[in-house]
Amino acid sequence: MSANHSILAHHFEDLEQQRETETFGMWMFLATEILIFGALITGYTIYRVRYPHDFEAASSKLNILIGSINTIVLLSSSLTMVLSVHAVRTGQQKMLLTCLTLTIVLGGTFLGLKALEYYIDYKENLVPGLAFEPGEWTALTPPVNPQRVKLMLVFYYIMTGLHAVHMIVGMGLLVWLIVRTRKGTLTPMSYMAVEVVGLYWHFVDIVWIFLLPLLYLTGTHHGSDLHFFK
Amino acid sequence: MSSAITTGFVPQAKARPPRAPDENYLNIAYGVKSWLLTTDHKRIAILYLFTVTILFFLGGAAATVIRLNLMTPTGELVPADTYNKLFSAHGIIMVWFFLVPVVPTVLGNFLVPMMLGARDLAFPKLNLLSWYIFTLGAIITLWAILAGGVDTGWTFYTPFSTKSARTNVIPTIIGIFISGFSSILTGLNFIATMHRMRAPGMTWFRMPLFLWAIYAGSIVLLLATPVLAMALILIGVERAWSIGIFDPDLGGDPVLFQHLFWFYSHPVVYIMILPAMGIVTEIIPCFARKNIFGYVFIAWSSVGIAVLGFLVWAHHMFVAGQSVYSAMIFSALSYLVAVPSAIKVFNWTATLYKGSVSLTTPMLFSLGFIALFTMGGLTGLMLAALGVDMHVHDTYFIIAHFHFIMVGGAVMGYMGGLHFWWPKMTGRMYSEFLSKLAALIIFVGFMLTFLPQFVLGYLGMPRRYHVYPAEFQILNVMSSAGASILGVGYVLPLFYLIWSLYAGKEAGPNPWGATGLEWQTPSPPPTHNFDETPTVTSGPYEYSLGGTELVG
Amino acid sequence: MSEPITPTRTYYGVFAALIALTLLTVGVSFLELGAWHTTVGVLIGVVKATLVALFFMHLLHSSRASWLAVLAGLFWLGILMVLTLSDYLTRQVLAY
Repeated sequence: MSANHSILAHHFEDLEQQRETETFGMWMFLATEILIFGALITGYTIYRVRYPHDFEAASSKLNILIGSINTIVLLSSSLTMVLSVHAVRTGQQKMLLTCLTLTIVLGGTFLGLKALEYYIDYKENLVPGLAFEPGEWTALTPPVNPQRVKLMLVFYYIMTGLHAVHMIVGMGLLVWLIVRTRKGTLTPMSYMAVEVVGLYWHFVDIVWIFLLPLLYLTGTHHGSDLHFFK
Repeated sequence: MSSAITTGFVPQAKARPPRAPDENYLNIAYGVKSWLLTTDHKRIAILYLFTVTILFFLGGAAATVIRLNLMTPTGELVPADTYNKLFSAHGIIMVWFFLVPVVPTVLGNFLVPMMLGARDLAFPKLNLLSWYIFTLGAIITLWAILAGGVDTGWTFYTPFSTKSARTNVIPTIIGIFISGFSSILTGLNFIATMHRMRAPGMTWFRMPLFLWAIYAGSIVLLLATPVLAMALILIGVERAWSIGIFDPDLGGDPVLFQHLFWFYSHPVVYIMILPAMGIVTEIIPCFARKNIFGYVFIAWSSVGIAVLGFLVWAHHMFVAGQSVYSAMIFSALSYLVAVPSAIKVFNWTATLYKGSVSLTTPMLFSLGFIALFTMGGLTGLMLAALGVDMHVHDTYFIIAHFHFIMVGGAVMGYMGGLHFWWPKMTGRMYSEFLSKLAALIIFVGFMLTFLPQFVLGYLGMPRRYHVYPAEFQILNVMSSAGASILGVGYVLPLFYLIWSLYAGKEAGPNPWGATGLEWQTPSPPPTHNFDETPTVTSGPYEYSLGGTELVG
Repeated sequence: MSEPITPTRTYYGVFAALIALTLLTVGVSFLELGAWHTTVGVLIGVVKATLVALFFMHLLHSSRASWLAVLAGLFWLGILMVLTLSDYLTRQVLAY
């Protein structure tokens, strides 16, 4: 037991108690996160129900191609994250380092694509306040109310923006895990840091799983929607 | 005091680092650094005590100026916009920086591990972090209030807060947003500790009822605070970029803000009142020398209040333009909260019945709590009725009602708890005469301040105005006179409690002859709380088993 | 005593299912479903989220307390949504 002495914090009786407490603590934090995003989704739903036509029109202008590719990128990062947990628990240090690095790279890819998507949105006059042409929407048949489109777009930016902030925090945590891996302090006996960061990372993934249908897949799309640049 | 009070406490053979006989959490280290970097839950409780006491008196200062201004119908003391900033500052400081944190972070932090027989909270570093987050949020909000102020009221209703207000709305909500994370981390820490750190034999239904109350309050902290955070973010976004999230001209709906705001701000009342109820539930059996009546009912009624408290929020919005159908649902649901609250009052009364009651200071505060909380609760039932609420909405009737709950209830409970556990926290006894006098002054001052406000409100005096018709002056002067008595009552403990630190007599481990694990260890307790991890063999209120005699 | 180590093939299987469901949900959005787009999309999302939670987040082998935290979060989200919508969906039913 003496080897575990430094791993076990002074106020716990044993490692089992410490591990369960740490997992439970992260799950409770995720419960609050459910309500953080849930409050935004509630607000979005209210307006979605109220202005269905305008929201669908706005949704069909979002970049479904990048949205879908990013979903796959993020799901892949979840796979590498969970493989890191497997690696640390089976004591494969090299595998652990590879998987954590891959997770960071995939997370960075997601954020890069997201930035590109914001840029394309800007080019396509989809940013209220910066680049937005009400005339483009009133000219549609049937005409769409530009104020309501703005409302939809604001929720899109707040929700994806908050999601991106969570991604950046997650990548910071991954850097910390890589530093610890290099120091050799992540072992099959003390793997909880990887598991707990993993919980957070997967939750951020789940948020995106819901943002995809709520924001991008509302309203019927056509083949012509699959564009990178207009 | 003999040591025969060890029912429910069997020492367990488990090695701990040896401790010098007089070493405790206060004298183990000295210096500012030993406090600012501590992870000891008891020291963090003292840090919070220090912080929230300052904030309480700042919020009280704003209230003082408000009451002085209302002495005359024309409000000569301050101009109208200063008055708006004063009541906003009073509400914001008192709600978010005193009432919400005070019992959980001061008494909860100190007592949760001790009552469970644990050495610390589950996440000690997170606990310290939440104090820093709280303090940062408080400083930002105070700065915003002092450097120009904010005039939206504590409710930040749109579209005023997003379109019209020309004051420091954004810095204020940033401060509140930040301090919200402190609430979340504290609630998380308590729940994790109660699930995972209970001493051997400490089953859920052997936990002191204070812990059940803290658990229920923590549920609210965890699940309500994030929604407030998002409501505030949306206000900030709308204000900063003039986007119509809540602006009806731009397709938004101002009532949506009220839904999100009250989803937090109604349950937040239960964050204030639940821990205070928990305190009273500890004090009454101790000074009635009886086991608590209906333990299981009190325990579940705490959880019941926490859950039902989330189902009633739109009763704040009966006149805001929500649908009639929805208003009727919320009105009906609001009555339900009275059930678990009444269960508690009946059980406290039944515990007192045929008990050998001794009127110590904590007991006086607890009895005051029961009286004031009951009045606040019953007027709450009046307000839950749709028709009555239409009449008295936004009048002083509402002000009186929620001050009965939040000041008469939560602050009375906190004062009772502070006096009950002060000997444990500091190892010293305060002046019995002065403390009883303070309890009496606070009760009388409170009644004189807020009873006239019920009448004022019913007669139709609206809240948040700095002038009023001349016929309301007598009642307003009565209220202001009461407020100055109340002020004396709140300043008095500051003096005799500080004085007790220097000249108070030694309290000993258990001055009240109370049961409960926290009394089985020296006062002030050692850093690890218990020299040996206790094993619990019975419930928390075994006053009927004998061996307990009240001294003093 | 600690939770069992899941074999990696489970992870690969779940990942394949997640990718398949993603392709499905994007594909379905090109069909003429009228008002059902959001419903179908969210339902597929629920399936995907459940897979991630149960297998990647090891909820399947987690303590009852962790389940309690998740269910509480979802239950309270339900309260927020249902009671807020009880206002917005009935504004026209009974007007003043």
